[in-house]
Amino acid sequence: MKKTSLRFRIVDAFYIAMMIIPFIAGIVLKVLTKPASEGINITGAQIYFTIPMPLQDFIVTESQINSLLVTVVILFFCLFMTHGLTEKCELKRQHFAELIVEKVDGMVNENMGEYFMAFSPFIIGMMALSGVSSLITLFGLYPPTSDINIVGGWAVLVFILITYYKMKCGPINYLKSFTQPVALLTPINLIGEIATPVSMAFRHYGNVLSGSVIGVLIATALGSLSSKLLGWLPGFLADIPLLQVGIPAVLSLYFDIFSGLLQAFIFAMLTMMYVAGAFDADTYRKIMEKKKAKKVKKHAGVE
Amino acid sequence: MELALGIILGCCALGAGLAMIAGIGPGIGEGNAVASACEAIARQPESKGSVTTTMLMGCAIAETTGLYALVIAILLIFVAPNILVDILVSTIGAL
Repeated sequence: MKKTSLRFRIVDAFYIAMMIIPFIAGIVLKVLTKPASEGINITGAQIYFTIPMPLQDFIVTESQINSLLVTVVILFFCLFMTHGLTEKCELKRQHFAELIVEKVDGMVNENMGEYFMAFSPFIIGMMALSGVSSLITLFGLYPPTSDINIVGGWAVLVFILITYYKMKCGPINYLKSFTQPVALLTPINLIGEIATPVSMAFRHYGNVLSGSVIGVLIATALGSLSSKLLGWLPGFLADIPLLQVGIPAVLSLYFDIFSGLLQAFIFAMLTMMYVAGAFDADTYRKIMEKKKAKKVKKHAGVE
Repeated sequence: MELALGIILGCCALGAGLAMIAGIGPGIGEGNAVASACEAIARQPESKGSVTTTMLMGCAIAETTGLYALVIAILLIFVAPNILVDILVSTIGAL
């Protein structure tokens, strides 16, 4: 193992610090702005400030700020992982970085095919953003994925990609695809087209939000249960909600960690499937061949 | 006025409860999916990885209808009462 220089270590420490600082900044921001509340409190994202705009006021909420913080964390994580790359794999982290890249490349190749290999950075970016956004609840911050606006934005992005790849075979073919298999089914096809981003957004948002709602409900229920059951304990012991210790953490293991990561995986998987399914490779190849033939003919005519 | 308020709040809660009946469907569907996955893994233990991935995928998609119901229930509990009470106050007048 090569000895690393002091400058290298300082840059490393800076990257690691920049990975931790956003979380601390988010917690500080939350503590400073969020009013204290008692009992069950299930609200949407806190509105920090609004910027007046001609059509509609631009509202900056907790979820937007938190998703930007997550972006900063992911950016510096990537910089940290790729810092000091060498051909000989001298650092341990390079093995890990290569593992991630290879896994994602393999997944994209398996699900989308050779033509879409350029998609793998987008897919892993989506996955990381969604996963870290859901895991941010572990720091007590508001998860951006439990806000329909954020997830809806991602879903619209995927919808644009799907439409772009459907349009690749020409706008006429795109419009024709709605009348398949019978012209009578056009309205249903249109509804199905719109249902894709809506279902993607609702799936992700509903899963994360239901997890946090159930978590709050169970924690509150355990608190009142322990005050009923253990109220006879002497002194200050009666005031401590003993049943609240530990039990919500087990549920959080499923609802926050497993569910959040699973939804990130599923969102990326569905993106891959929809985008790859939207692209009609055979028709595209035929159109390209026709165009080529036309070009060749034109050149021949000129000469 | 009080009666109208009571009807609004009660019906919002009732509607949310009724909407969550939709939770039955995904429950049965996911149960079937997991049962089939267990059978498949028992028959071919070497295909465990791909079967598990496909099963989780299928479960997530089967869950969608339940989540639609959940979104409607959440809207009915947390969002609808405020809007409806505002409408009531603006039509009948302040209390």
